[in-house]
Amino acid sequence: MYSLVQKRRLYYGFSLAIIAIGIVIMIYSLVTRGTAFELSIDFKGGSIYELKFTQPGANEDNIRAVFANYGDSTATIQRLGDETENRWSVRASFHEEAEKRQILDDLNKLAPLDRSLSQDESVSATVGQEVTRAALFAVLVAALVVTSFIVLAFRSVPDAFRYGVCAIIAMIHDVLIVAAVQSVMGIIFKWEVDALFLTAMLMVVGFSVQDTIVLFDRIRENIPRHLGEPYETIVNRSVLETIHRTLTTQISVFFVMIAIMLFGGASIKQFVFILFCGLVTGSYSSIFIAVPLLVSWEKREFPFSLFGKKPELKSVEA
Amino acid sequence: MRGHVRWLILILLLTGFAIWVSLPNTKASNVTDSCYNTTDNLRPDQGIHLDFNDDCKDDFGLNVKQVYGLDIIGGLRVLLQADLPAGAYTVEDLRNAANNVNRRVNALGVGEATVQVQGSNRILVELPGVKDPQQAVDLIQKTALLEFVDFSDVTNVTQYVGRKILTDAQVQAEQARAAAEAESTAQPTAEGTQQVSADATAEATQATGAEATAEATQQAAPPAATPVTPADEPGVPNPTTGQPFHTVMTGSGLQSAVAQLDQSNKWAIRFELTSEGGQVFGPFTGSAIGKPMAIVLDGVVLSAPTIQARLDTGGTITGNFSQDEASTLALQLRSGSLPIPLRVVSSQTVGATLGQESVNLSIRAGIVGVIIILSFMLINYRVPGIAASLALLVFIVLNLAMFKIIPITLTLPAIVGFLISIGTAVDGNILIFERMREEMRAGRDMDTAVDEGFTRAWSSIRDSNLSTILISAVLFLFGQTPGASQVSGFAVTLALGLLLNLFTAIIVTRTFLHIILAITRGAIKDRHWLMGV
Repeated sequence: MYSLVQKRRLYYGFSLAIIAIGIVIMIYSLVTRGTAFELSIDFKGGSIYELKFTQPGANEDNIRAVFANYGDSTATIQRLGDETENRWSVRASFHEEAEKRQILDDLNKLAPLDRSLSQDESVSATVGQEVTRAALFAVLVAALVVTSFIVLAFRSVPDAFRYGVCAIIAMIHDVLIVAAVQSVMGIIFKWEVDALFLTAMLMVVGFSVQDTIVLFDRIRENIPRHLGEPYETIVNRSVLETIHRTLTTQISVFFVMIAIMLFGGASIKQFVFILFCGLVTGSYSSIFIAVPLLVSWEKREFPFSLFGKKPELKSVEA
Repeated sequence: MRGHVRWLILILLLTGFAIWVSLPNTKASNVTDSCYNTTDNLRPDQGIHLDFNDDCKDDFGLNVKQVYGLDIIGGLRVLLQADLPAGAYTVEDLRNAANNVNRRVNALGVGEATVQVQGSNRILVELPGVKDPQQAVDLIQKTALLEFVDFSDVTNVTQYVGRKILTDAQVQAEQARAAAEAESTAQPTAEGTQQVSADATAEATQATGAEATAEATQQAAPPAATPVTPADEPGVPNPTTGQPFHTVMTGSGLQSAVAQLDQSNKWAIRFELTSEGGQVFGPFTGSAIGKPMAIVLDGVVLSAPTIQARLDTGGTITGNFSQDEASTLALQLRSGSLPIPLRVVSSQTVGATLGQESVNLSIRAGIVGVIIILSFMLINYRVPGIAASLALLVFIVLNLAMFKIIPITLTLPAIVGFLISIGTAVDGNILIFERMREEMRAGRDMDTAVDEGFTRAWSSIRDSNLSTILISAVLFLFGQTPGASQVSGFAVTLALGLLLNLFTAIIVTRTFLHIILAITRGAIKDRHWLMGV
């Protein structure tokens, strides 16, 4: 039988490397821009314009000049899509309605705007602060819900604490991986953290715990069935028994998500991409982090060796 | 077996109903045509309307209509905040303001306008499909003060039309505002750095426009029908007394106002009074027949008709109106006055075509995804795959029907939530079939394996659905914050999908599978590969 858990150090190393890359980028971003993630207007307030001109004529400089006229010289201006599409995105500070209309009128003078293909959104700092507060509260409640869910799921199992801790470590792992992905995308594509990113993040937490629980359930079921077998073998068997389900489910959800990413609207792509990454890492972490951690714990390997005596048996692998 | 057949019939009936509901323009009505004669009782173009006792009232009414969000059909969403410190107005004032905003946006003729009071100081306005968002914002924000002013001692009435006058209602409004402002400067507002700049400018303009008149013009653009008045021109007091003109009644006394052609085929405005309005307006007009009266909007005299009769319940304003002027004046009368100045704290405008493009793409994405999943299930699980695929189609149709019945506003995140719930629905079936395979490999006969598969997978399905439902509950709460409303759309469709999935994954798939097995028993018995083993 192929031993999945044997190469656990490799998995730990792989995950730590990705997380480390993410953390380095976040620190870099924190030092250069003063924030680990570029926050969207959902949280910090401001306005965003997605402009579609029917003819060429607008460029970064003259768009900037329009916004500078309204005291907004630091607006972030980006071309969207192909050069022939004449689509631009502008992130600026919060504008009152009257001002917004004047800005749009001025932009319309650069080249005719197609209002039916343009959109704009502005959020005042007050509303942004409220969303931030609600977001922090949501994260707190979600953490509480998920932890109680884990506690309930393992309440009557021997070594409940161990299973719970491993499930939580896998969950934190997933959150960090997704954060790393977001930080990379933030650097490359200027992706911002918005309310939907937070939504994706909470979903990731849910997915992660689900997968881990299904797997742990199987291990618990197999322990009394295969008494006398080494723990590592039982665990390995359980992984192989459930891996087919995990892969099948993943594949079918991936189809939907890939379809949305290929055909779906731009605004939704980021959201789905983050969900997609979360789903992958959720399944990955159940098999390659949570379960190997159980084995490491059983064998009192580092870092669990710090907390308890080593067992009498020497580890099987060299 | 009989149990399965019973379930099958129930499922087929339910699915048939759901297909009918989810088709566009679902309509069933036995309300007789004669009930729809009056203009305010228009025949609904969709929904289920059953009237058994022919009293023209629905005994059973279900408005099945798919509601689309702003990001799909385009339009405008603004969150307005009372521009007064807390305590300077009551919740009742805010509700009145919301009612006025509602009247104004309805006057725009937008179909599904929503005006909601949020919390203690905000009003949310959603105008899906509005053609000119800017005009709408202007109209909403305008704190128009409409007055009927006593002009009985004015000799040269026409010279005042189009000019600003000073009235006692304006003076009162300004006193209230000044008092509120004094209070607001006393308590510093805790605003973020971004907001300070916006507030500072707003406050600066308020400081310069300390006079009642300047303030009033700043709040509202002059209506199209009236000549433009310079903003700094002070209002004229009554020349006879030197005092402000006397306001008989403000716009709040009006019930309705419509532009219509009168007997002489001229445009006129027909208005009706509220009972409070009638109590004031009746006696006044009764005592001033033959004398002029001014209709004043934001200090500007719109027209100065002569009172013809005592008006207790309503009346007609005649004059040399064009159709446009008449409807504009009627609109201004209807819109009335906003008791509270409102500031836009967040807004979103979406071009109409933009959203349609995204939704077409998303629907295509969904169809492609579902086709791939169906073929994947068929190839991977064969006969159980057929049952699962049929169950998935039932699941989709039930969802679509629920969207229309509940009704759930479809936004792009909501569509994503639905598509993800399709993924989870498949996951439930996969858990069951994998168990089933294991049981068959372990040598169980087919029927036992099928039942075992369902029984043993149930706890996993329940747990995984439950954890996601809990997360969507948290997300739904988060989405209640005005700035994160798109999140709740996602949470609602996802949670609905998960709940329906508990039904389809277990009961529907199981029924279909048992029926298919019963029909094809001979063929499958010795060909276990058909069961995906």
